[in-house]
Amino acid sequence: MSAAEASETRMANDIARNLAHLGFDKAAAELAGHIGRFWDPRMRGRLLAQVDAGAPGIHPLVEQAVKLLR
Amino acid sequence: MTLLKEPDHGTPAKPGEATVALEVDGIPVSVPEGTSVMRAASLAGVDIPKLCATDSLDAFGSCRLCVVEIDGRRGTPASCTTPCADGMQVRTQTPKVEKLRQGVMELYISDHPLDCLTCPANGDCELQDMAGVVGLRQVRYGYDGANHLDEEKDTSNPYFDFDASKCIACSRCVRACGEIQGTFALTIEGRGFDSKVAAGAGETFMDSECVSCGACVQACPTSTLQEKTVVDLGMPTRSVLTTCAYCGVGCSFKAELRGDQVVRMVPYKDGGANEGHACVKGRFAFGYATHPDRQLKPMVRDKITDPWREVEWDEAIATVATRMKALQDTYGQGSVGAITSSRCTNEEVYVVQKMVRAAFGNNNVDTCARVCHSPTGYGLKQTFGESAGTQDFRSVAEADVIMVIGANPTDGHPVFASRLKRRLREGARLIVVDPRRIDLVRSPHISADHHLQLRPSTNVAVVNAMAHVVVTENLADKNFVAERCEGYDEWAAFVALPENSPEAVEEITGVPAGELRAAARLYAGAPNGAIYYGLGVTEHSQGSTMVMGMANLAMACGNIGRDGVGVNPLRGQNNVQGSCDMGSFPHELPGYRHVSDDAVRTVFEDMWGKELLPEPGLRIPNMFDAAIDGSFRGLFVHGEDIAQSDPNLGHVTAALEAMELVVVQDLFLNETAKFAHVFLPGASFLEKDGTFTNAERRVNRVRAVMPPKSGKHEWQIVAEIATAMGYPMAYDHPGEIMDEIAKVTPTFEGVSFALLDKLGSIQWPCNEAAPEGTPTMHVDEFVRGKGRFVVTSYVPTSERSTRRYPLVLTTGRILSQYNVGAQTRRTHNVAWHAEDVLEIHPHDAEDRGIADGDLVSLASRVGATTLRAQISDRMPTGVVYTTFHHPVTGANVVTTENSDWATNCPEYKVTAVQVALAPQGDRAAAEPAEVRA
Repeated sequence: MSAAEASETRMANDIARNLAHLGFDKAAAELAGHIGRFWDPRMRGRLLAQVDAGAPGIHPLVEQAVKLLR
Repeated sequence: MTLLKEPDHGTPAKPGEATVALEVDGIPVSVPEGTSVMRAASLAGVDIPKLCATDSLDAFGSCRLCVVEIDGRRGTPASCTTPCADGMQVRTQTPKVEKLRQGVMELYISDHPLDCLTCPANGDCELQDMAGVVGLRQVRYGYDGANHLDEEKDTSNPYFDFDASKCIACSRCVRACGEIQGTFALTIEGRGFDSKVAAGAGETFMDSECVSCGACVQACPTSTLQEKTVVDLGMPTRSVLTTCAYCGVGCSFKAELRGDQVVRMVPYKDGGANEGHACVKGRFAFGYATHPDRQLKPMVRDKITDPWREVEWDEAIATVATRMKALQDTYGQGSVGAITSSRCTNEEVYVVQKMVRAAFGNNNVDTCARVCHSPTGYGLKQTFGESAGTQDFRSVAEADVIMVIGANPTDGHPVFASRLKRRLREGARLIVVDPRRIDLVRSPHISADHHLQLRPSTNVAVVNAMAHVVVTENLADKNFVAERCEGYDEWAAFVALPENSPEAVEEITGVPAGELRAAARLYAGAPNGAIYYGLGVTEHSQGSTMVMGMANLAMACGNIGRDGVGVNPLRGQNNVQGSCDMGSFPHELPGYRHVSDDAVRTVFEDMWGKELLPEPGLRIPNMFDAAIDGSFRGLFVHGEDIAQSDPNLGHVTAALEAMELVVVQDLFLNETAKFAHVFLPGASFLEKDGTFTNAERRVNRVRAVMPPKSGKHEWQIVAEIATAMGYPMAYDHPGEIMDEIAKVTPTFEGVSFALLDKLGSIQWPCNEAAPEGTPTMHVDEFVRGKGRFVVTSYVPTSERSTRRYPLVLTTGRILSQYNVGAQTRRTHNVAWHAEDVLEIHPHDAEDRGIADGDLVSLASRVGATTLRAQISDRMPTGVVYTTFHHPVTGANVVTTENSDWATNCPEYKVTAVQVALAPQGDRAAAEPAEVRA
């Protein structure tokens, strides 16, 4: 995994941890919305690729948010 | 313009609506109750002679030159200390007072050097003026008696001299130091004939507590305290009103010149932000603008290992345009972008983001605000509906309890700090939330009621615990909340949870629960409670959460929407607010409107004649990642030194090296320029024409005192690059750019250069509803309608102390230096701070065998550097502190990639580090910092 790939996972996990108090479904929706609103498309693409590649340490909320982003 | 002299009415204006009517020399005048006779006379057009009085200081009544006669009253009272009364008949020119004044002047002149013709203040000396005004024609006492003419001159300060032989002991300097600046470094030493001004306890100015704000120099009626530049160059002959280019206070100045040479900068009394005060940077540290290090010709090179080649502007602009387009042809439209500067004008920033969006055809534009106050924009937008502070600076004068969180105003925002300290001396209470014992915690006449010395990274736990107290002890303003806000119940239930109690979080935060409870009660119980905060809030992994946490607390206590309250970011750079307002963020067009909003995009598409992308672009750290990844190949860096200021410098420099085109526009060949292929010379603030917007949303004019030394304005250069890339952009004057901004940005709808010239400054929003601007926001309702409470769950940072890195490093700035030091290091300010030092607690130092002044290594998991230790108990054990003003130290070599979850603002304030004594004989402090990949 390149440094850049690791960045998207790390940033998404950070957002997930900070939204987790909302409850799973709402947090996942908020996370997907945040990424859609603030991330460049290529970053979203890299995150999706990282999840598809089964990158380690991905927060469950990120996995769910990625489903919503697709 | 000739030399601008503001009127001096002798004593300050008195507030209040009740008036009294009197006559001065038969001229009727009506003034607010409490106004002095001297001021009333001045307002009536009658100037009463004075020496110890000036309207920036309270009346003192020592010189006895301003005596008058008042019908029905005995004697000759001093007009400066006598309040007006209804029906009063004042006579300012009678044989009796004229004789008294001549007698007073005779005594002064008998002990004053008679070197007027060669004195630096010749023509600008109130003593000289008053001698003429009172008609002094002789001095009967002779000059051979005891006198002070041989007093020693103190030239220790790099910016001004103190010539005691010219002192008339009027105490204006002493009072300015106390009343205006609030430092109390000066005093009158001795009694009677032996009375003399002294800095500290018989020290030189340089060795004393003096902070070189220059208020004493400005207040001095003679040449006793005199700028060295005036001594060297002579008196200025013309003034240009402009705005300081240092911190976010945005002080207004008169640049006083001879020809095109700046002689001195004098703070402008009518400046809305500073009202006649300044600091050591704004007043004195302007020499960088003419420093020989300025690179004034454009330069290009193919590779960063090649030598620079100076070229003409046409070639430089063509090179940028050609190479940017080639990169886009090869790697795609999104392969290039730009970083705007918070040091540049609104007009310059606007054209850079326009160039990116319209000429580059993408949204890859970000601003250096990313690394300081982006969480402010996010957090205040979420809660209040607008990405800006709520108050003007004057508001602090109405605050009863002031909470300063993660800010060090006496160093970072000194002119605002002087206002704040004045209010504290009047009796306002103070809460400081900071890991470091900043000067505000205890300084002359100021003592914080509570210093919540929290562990770095635990801000959110502290603010939640304060909210817990407010909610569980029933201290909330229920009426305000019910009428003005939404989401309170859910938030209140959250903060009331036992895990958010002060007792529960004490172990995490390090703040004693009793102290925190008392602070919360103090804030909640205040008629007016105001929050001021800085980068100690934003530069954390939960920076945005903390901004929302403070907004929650303020709403819960009803502290929004009037004077004396609010949530107020103290912005780091002069135009952080403006650069954000102008659409510098990759997801927002000017006015904080999202790029995905079709209606908003249409406004710009119609104005710019270009289709715009609806997707956000890359933020600064994302640009670095994408550069290393290979998808981002070209960057235009406008007035920012990312190779010194941004975190994890190893990563930053790797990204810069990976790019095929780096364009730097700056005053100096900075650290980033080492990685650049094109260098475009910039214009200093003395050469700029435009506007800055300060931390209180105040749009101020910046006026050029000289033409750009490079031959072109920065907005002009950017427009020419865009044009060369096939997107014609043409403006004849920056006022035209502001006109365009006003057309596309609702909050700037009424702003124009003409209105700014008329009003002096304007706080946005400025529109039909507020044609002269908006000093206080959210007065009747929040910008978003209802204020929104947001649940702010505390999530610990992933940056943890370990056995290998057991200490926590936090960073900040110092009074005399500014950010990366590119400007202040090229002034005499280095006399106060020649190098960055590491503050370390005595216990931590002793554990490591470190003595004060030792060279130490500072290492984190990403890098290491070497600097000198300064033993200090301002930091708690386990925490060390340094500044980032010197590239040789490279403090950001050790800071990490961690960032705020919502905005990617770097977590500068929390880095796990180890400190150790550097090896004997190590000279690494002068060597480049080591970077680990």
